[in-house]
Amino acid sequence: MSKLMPVLSAHWDEKDSFTFAGYKRNGGYKALEKALAMEPDAVIQSVKDSGLRGRGGAGFPTGMKWSFIPQGDNKEHYFVVNADESEPGTCKDTPLLMANPHVLIEGIIIGSYAIRANYAFIYIRGEVAHVIRRMQQAIEDAYKAGLLGKNILGTGFDLELVLHVGAGAYICGEETALLDSLEGFRGQPRLRPPFPAIAGLYARPTIVNNVETVASVPSIIEHGPEWFAAIGTEKSKGYTLYSLSGHVNNAGQFEAPLGITLREILELAGGIRDGHKLKFWTPGGSSTPLFTDAHLDTPLDYEGVSNAGSMLGTKALQIFDETTCIVRAVLRWTEFYKHESCGKCTPCREGTWWLVQILKDLEHGKGTPEDLDKLLDLCDNIMGRSFCALADGAASPIISSIQYFKDEYLQHLTTGGCPFDDEASTKFVTSNVGGVK
Amino acid sequence: MSTQEVSSDVTLELITLTIDGFEITVPKGTLVIRAAEKLGIQIPRFCDHPLLDPVGACRQCLVDIEINGRKFPKPQASCTIPVETGMVVNTQLTSSVADKAQKGIMEFLLVNHPLDCPVCDKGGECPLQNQAMSNGNGESRFDGYKRTFEKPINISAQVLLDRERCILCARCTRFSEEIAGDPFITLNERGALQQVGIYEEKPFDSYFSGNTVQICPVGALTGASYRFRARPFDLVSTPSACEHCASGCDMRTDVRRGKTLRRLAGDDAQVNEEWNCDKGRWAFKYATASDRIKTPMVRGSDGQLHEASWPEALATAAAGLSVSRAAVLVGGRATVEDAYGYSKFARVVLNTNDIDFRARVHTDEERDFLGSAIVGVQVNYSAIDRADHLVLIGFEPEDESPIVFLRAFKQVRKRRLKVTTIAPFTSRGSNKLNAEVVKSVAGNEAQLIAKISGLTSKSVILVGERLCESSGALSATLALSQSSGAKLAWIPRRAGERGALEVGAIGTLLPGGRPVNNASARVDMQSAWGVKSLPENIGRTTSEIIEGLHNGDIDSLLVGGVDPLDISSDAIAGLEKAFVVSLEMRHSAITEIANVVLPIAAVVEKSGSFLDWEGRARAFESAVDVPDLRSDVRILSIIADQMGKPINLPTVAAAAKEFLALGNWDGARAPFTPTSATLISGDTILASWRLLLDAGSLQDGETNLANTAHPSVAVISTDRAEKLGIKTGDSVRVFNERGAITLPCEIKDIENNSVWIPRNSHTSKTIATLGVASGASVSVVKA
Repeated sequence: MSKLMPVLSAHWDEKDSFTFAGYKRNGGYKALEKALAMEPDAVIQSVKDSGLRGRGGAGFPTGMKWSFIPQGDNKEHYFVVNADESEPGTCKDTPLLMANPHVLIEGIIIGSYAIRANYAFIYIRGEVAHVIRRMQQAIEDAYKAGLLGKNILGTGFDLELVLHVGAGAYICGEETALLDSLEGFRGQPRLRPPFPAIAGLYARPTIVNNVETVASVPSIIEHGPEWFAAIGTEKSKGYTLYSLSGHVNNAGQFEAPLGITLREILELAGGIRDGHKLKFWTPGGSSTPLFTDAHLDTPLDYEGVSNAGSMLGTKALQIFDETTCIVRAVLRWTEFYKHESCGKCTPCREGTWWLVQILKDLEHGKGTPEDLDKLLDLCDNIMGRSFCALADGAASPIISSIQYFKDEYLQHLTTGGCPFDDEASTKFVTSNVGGVK
Repeated sequence: MSTQEVSSDVTLELITLTIDGFEITVPKGTLVIRAAEKLGIQIPRFCDHPLLDPVGACRQCLVDIEINGRKFPKPQASCTIPVETGMVVNTQLTSSVADKAQKGIMEFLLVNHPLDCPVCDKGGECPLQNQAMSNGNGESRFDGYKRTFEKPINISAQVLLDRERCILCARCTRFSEEIAGDPFITLNERGALQQVGIYEEKPFDSYFSGNTVQICPVGALTGASYRFRARPFDLVSTPSACEHCASGCDMRTDVRRGKTLRRLAGDDAQVNEEWNCDKGRWAFKYATASDRIKTPMVRGSDGQLHEASWPEALATAAAGLSVSRAAVLVGGRATVEDAYGYSKFARVVLNTNDIDFRARVHTDEERDFLGSAIVGVQVNYSAIDRADHLVLIGFEPEDESPIVFLRAFKQVRKRRLKVTTIAPFTSRGSNKLNAEVVKSVAGNEAQLIAKISGLTSKSVILVGERLCESSGALSATLALSQSSGAKLAWIPRRAGERGALEVGAIGTLLPGGRPVNNASARVDMQSAWGVKSLPENIGRTTSEIIEGLHNGDIDSLLVGGVDPLDISSDAIAGLEKAFVVSLEMRHSAITEIANVVLPIAAVVEKSGSFLDWEGRARAFESAVDVPDLRSDVRILSIIADQMGKPINLPTVAAAAKEFLALGNWDGARAPFTPTSATLISGDTILASWRLLLDAGSLQDGETNLANTAHPSVAVISTDRAEKLGIKTGDSVRVFNERGAITLPCEIKDIENNSVWIPRNSHTSKTIATLGVASGASVSVVKA
């Protein structure tokens, strides 16, 4: 039996899966009717019972987050969806919204109803113009169908949904920076407390959820929390999208119960690029500590990955085979973090500036073995010292890469430069890839 | 949140925690970094500032924290975490993790810092330099390349930004937004290229911009006037007080080799907190202006002033004053001690109550109001902190008493203090205070005041000195205060006016608010001064004194620090026949006609005190010693000796001591007879006030400061603009039979029959040009 479990991606192969008609044909918006007939608190309880945890990286229990919204406070509540998917390797929300934008809308309406919000926002990454257009159309269609706006399905529930396009900053995926940006300010993380559930958008109680999290809600309502809770592992329940990229034969989205292993996914994906073998991979995007082939059987759920020393993150499985230079890969990621550091706090702003310089030198064979100790010490001074988690993400690949591939770093120093053929690792090269020069 | 802000009528919840093994109990809400300070434990910090909201940006203050045995997995920024019961904090002194974290942050901060301390103004008083030594590694491991920027760039005429030195703590931007309400600077770009920037179309023309220079923890922000002038260790600092307005700022004057190089805001939590305005900070070059009078002068038989020896000048002055009916004009800038000298001199030596400190538009209604409701009464800044409603009448705090503005803005920001202002239009300051603007036409304030309702004993009414220009307005205000129980304070513009009132430099009052026409009050003073009698008639006001000089009822004048153009455009015309003794710093229209000119010391050159608008004493010491320049009171005492009627005030200290010993009058105050309002009508009524930065003579010589003055404009209504066929920026001519002022116009929510122009700006001097200040009919045409 296949390990796959397509729920969100069940109909992606249908030509009109992204249309209102296509979504309806496959049973879309039925969960909404069911939810609107429930008490809002019952909806929250269902999500709690399902064991759904945030799919954006941190894995916080979604139902619990929703229950933090103070009720009866006579304040406007806001429901915000984080669609600012920007981390290197992470590519689940973009295809999901391309193929099935209505499942997000349905999840938003249910979530907003549950937390008593009459305004919802989707903060979407500005670069994905095609997704933005498709999402905009879907929202329009939902309005036309009476699923958004006033008196939804005659229940008296009102919801306005706004699609807000970001201007291209990784930091705006951090929920409080996202809120600043949504309010029209420059995106920088806010001091917490107060947490968004107490004072978020415009200082009102606000939920910020990842796209995939919200999109998972309709299935929970439709099939019941028990159904969802029966999927996955003990503390990591449900199904999720694993995004496989890099040196594999069939890259793409693999929707499966939490707890599947990379070995299983690789089997489904036709394995590593022919003639090559796995060298290292990221379990959850570039900000999670690297894994190697020693971790092929690690269950890819929140606890399994954490116990093995990394984080499930966004389940962005970037696969690198033996043609890849670890120093080069880590330097590229670090350059990303330097470029995306918002500048608010010292360790991230100055630390990434410095790390890039050391890694560049190492890549070119300049420096000394002591520079590795310096790198690790700088990472120690960055990790857990910064304002938000972005800098931790910058330090993770460096620390883990030195942990697993210290010799390869040192080899750069002895050979006076990178020992790898940098073309060999490109996706386009399929033959005569020698690996080492 | 600092503890001093906790209002005393709330019972404080106390929290006990342990820091580095020491137990301490502090009020709930105290931040860990503040609690540590109380134990004398200095946690290094940059972005933290007790008066700004916590931001946690620099990460320098990381400490280890556990609460009830549960340890935070990573070190926490102590500037953002409030104390909790059972908290155990380990700073760099007891935690190797915290110590390493701090040293790591310090190393990062220096990565992109140019380390140009040897040529940096801040070197020697630099928190980055100091803390890099105390909490850093000493040597950096960074050997890469630093980011570079063009240095420095002007973010205003007076503030320069060296972006390379900036550590991006956001103190300046937070100050501008949170304290001054002028968010004209902000952080731009991101990562290491993040930088402080201005919006091109809105320069950093905040009245409070200098504070950003003072709180910058590195040398990134420097003042154009001080840059490269001195090293901190070459400066001699003297605590001082500000002479520019009645806000009462505590100050520090820094002098290098006898020359004042800079002035900084002092730290007084009850008054200016740690702030001051740019005028107080940067306007001090008047004291070294080229027209400064340094030697006495006596007018010779040729009609010209000639330099004279002190004995000759003093003797001439004494002789002239001895044989005449003399009056005294003090001006609003005298210190308490000097004003006391003038007050005593008038009574004891000249045997007259003809003395007035009001070198400006003034009325009898005002004089009686001051004697009845203001003298001896204290209303403090803390009343604003606790007010349920703040009412401003004839008072534009941002221009006329900037620290009052800051305090009101703080309360508006923190707890949405309700502010109502009776003003001709919605000013920038009123916008910031989110004030309800009750629109007045200059002169009709009284009827608007009577309509204010809902005040309680916690409400505060602040009236500006210029409210006296509106007949009946002070009477209406007093009635409003009495009927509602609201606190009432009078805010003069000049630093010396409140003190002059208290020492009796006015025709109705003796020192301590003693009415001149009260026999027992006079007996008090007779015994204190050792004289047999004191004049008992009400003395002349400033305008009556000038009138008396014109018509020969008075034939000599002792005058200190008065610009006649502040009173009226022709105040001194024809005064050539009077004998005038002028105590002055710089040449003026008065010294032009004076018979004897006696040089006096500027504020930085003498000791003394002012009473701010609250009635609070603001004492200061001499920062620059100039042997030949003395405080007025010393000169008056010598003249009195020469006239054989000693006042025995040989020093400032003696005057201060004698005045303090008198105490306040506890007898009946003179009853106040309300003045009824006279309705003003006309097609175009003039309104005006002085902008903070204008043509005031104490701002002379400081062009960088002058270049940040708000532009002089004539404010007109939309209706008038339409009728004149003009738009904002077009020139209008405001004129009467005396003269004309041409200014660009700004269209605002002013009444159709009202026009507002600055009172004393370089292109708009209402009294000198039009002969009126406000409430008079003028005409406005397209220029």
